Amino acid sequence: MAVLGPEIREKIRAYLPRYPRKQAVTLPALHLVHDEYRTVSNEAIVEIAEILELHPSEVHDTMTFYEFFKHDGDQLGKARLWVCRGLACMLRGAYELIDHCEAKLGVKCGERTADGKITLEFAECIGACDGAPACLKNDEHVMNVTAEKADQLFSELRR
Amino acid sequence: MAFEPTLLARVEKPNSPRLEGYRADGGYAAFERVLKDKQPLDVVTQVKDSGLRGRGGAGFPTGLKWTFLPKDHPGPIYLCINADESEPCTYNNRILMEKDPHQVLEGIMLSCYAIKSPVAYFYIRYEYGTAFRTLQAAIDELYDAKLLGKNINGTNFSLDIYLHRGAGAYICGEETGLIESLEGKRAWPRIKPPFPAIEGAFRKPTIVNNVETMACVTQILRRGNDWFKSLGVPPDPKNPRDAGSYGPKLYTIAGHVNEPKCVELPMGVTCRDLVEKHGGGVWKGRKAKTVNPGGLSMGFLDCNAPLKGEDGKTEYDIPLDFNGPGRVGCLGLGTAAVTVVDDQTSMVDVLHNVCQFFSHESCGQCTPCREGTGWMLKILERMRRGKGRKDDLDVLVDVADRIGIIPGTTICGLSDGAGWPVKTAIRKFRAEFEAAIEAKTASKYAKLQMVGAH
Repeated sequence: MAVLGPEIREKIRAYLPRYPRKQAVTLPALHLVHDEYRTVSNEAIVEIAEILELHPSEVHDTMTFYEFFKHDGDQLGKARLWVCRGLACMLRGAYELIDHCEAKLGVKCGERTADGKITLEFAECIGACDGAPACLKNDEHVMNVTAEKADQLFSELRR
Repeated sequence: MAFEPTLLARVEKPNSPRLEGYRADGGYAAFERVLKDKQPLDVVTQVKDSGLRGRGGAGFPTGLKWTFLPKDHPGPIYLCINADESEPCTYNNRILMEKDPHQVLEGIMLSCYAIKSPVAYFYIRYEYGTAFRTLQAAIDELYDAKLLGKNINGTNFSLDIYLHRGAGAYICGEETGLIESLEGKRAWPRIKPPFPAIEGAFRKPTIVNNVETMACVTQILRRGNDWFKSLGVPPDPKNPRDAGSYGPKLYTIAGHVNEPKCVELPMGVTCRDLVEKHGGGVWKGRKAKTVNPGGLSMGFLDCNAPLKGEDGKTEYDIPLDFNGPGRVGCLGLGTAAVTVVDDQTSMVDVLHNVCQFFSHESCGQCTPCREGTGWMLKILERMRRGKGRKDDLDVLVDVADRIGIIPGTTICGLSDGAGWPVKTAIRKFRAEFEAAIEAKTASKYAKLQMVGAH
């Protein structure tokens, strides 16, 4: 029984004409699968490799390099909240903010809350230094994040 | 006369990312004129003669890079846009992509015409979701308007632009790391030569250019070389290898300032003026201790150290052109991202943060970088806990001096960038580090552990 649904397969195939080699669709495929299933399972890796005519180890090699994708046995929360720890953010309170988020959510960076709603992460500089300290709500910047603003973010993401 | 921004001229306008407004402001007229009246070589020559140097960090002359492509190649030739903007404290490309994507896209179209590339791969870091969606909407508008696709405006010129998202790895901003990542592999930089212009993406000749460079190409083709050369700093007559620092530049200001923001100025503004006049000055009425003049890789300057040969001036007064930061031991202008650290902040904490970044982002391919950045972080961690040793500082400088393409031990420049902040910080603030080791006091951040995540 395939783990990747027909829609995802179609979306992956739609990328193929863009590149002279199928392997170039590895990152787009990983993003599609990861966004949808909140993890990239070993079965999913095998199926991506089939579509791209690669050995599964090639997909796995690329995937693990980025340390971005959750894999077998791990799962992203419904939302992913990254707190920037870059120098510009650190100078304006990022470490205190990370402390606050870990305490309030009851998880360490890299972990998912018990209700499965939020995965907390630290990020290297996210390029939002004009709003430091900043967070990334999935892939969108949230600027000038105070402890209160972080608490509001948590309730928003838990709704 | 007050300087009028060009690259940022449209960013405050309502609906600035939309094609309609961009065209109303004269957008794509340069592209359509070039398509009708000019040969590709004319565009290469104009960009070369303009003196434009790449805005991504290395400052290599853009037009000259284009001329390295093989002549009469059967193709395809590719253009890759480097929008992996990940150098810490840098965000100027993001402003352009979010607020005026068509200015960037027109530059890509002009550049592809110049180098005869039928495809541009626009590699954008994952963290720029808003920029990604804004650019995709702009690209869709261009296909609808038939300015992208087959036989544009009835000519033989066809072009596709594809966005390609990264996955949170700094090394993808190194041009051959970017190419490997685009190809679907781990982003390990390639040994050069061959340079990408000879053998790049999918083993074809490839040019990799930065986002702001593309916006400059648009403005050069629109306003001409006289305009471009009227801004900035001409070549230093005493340095025959200096190509000058012409044109407008986007500077980003971050850290301990009252108004962190992105500003456009002619190249060569001094660090002091940038912070005091444009960044609202140092916050909380404090003084600047150190400034990182162009992204972490460039190292630190000491705001109180006298500037050699210039009475009454300090390192804070260096001009931010391609040569200025080098005069005070920094690696270069880099991304022109200026980060200010106030006089109440511990250099141990600052340097720990720097080492933490490079250790996390070393791609692991070359041993001196992988091990060197890891050990520098371990030493800084120890120092941060109040357990620093006397000889730690010499060890740090020794490691920093030995990793990188300058000492010749690694494939790419990541570890030159990892070493430079370490050696400049320790050489310039040695007394502070020694006092911290002597005092044996732990930093307020010593117990914060951020390992094992993602």
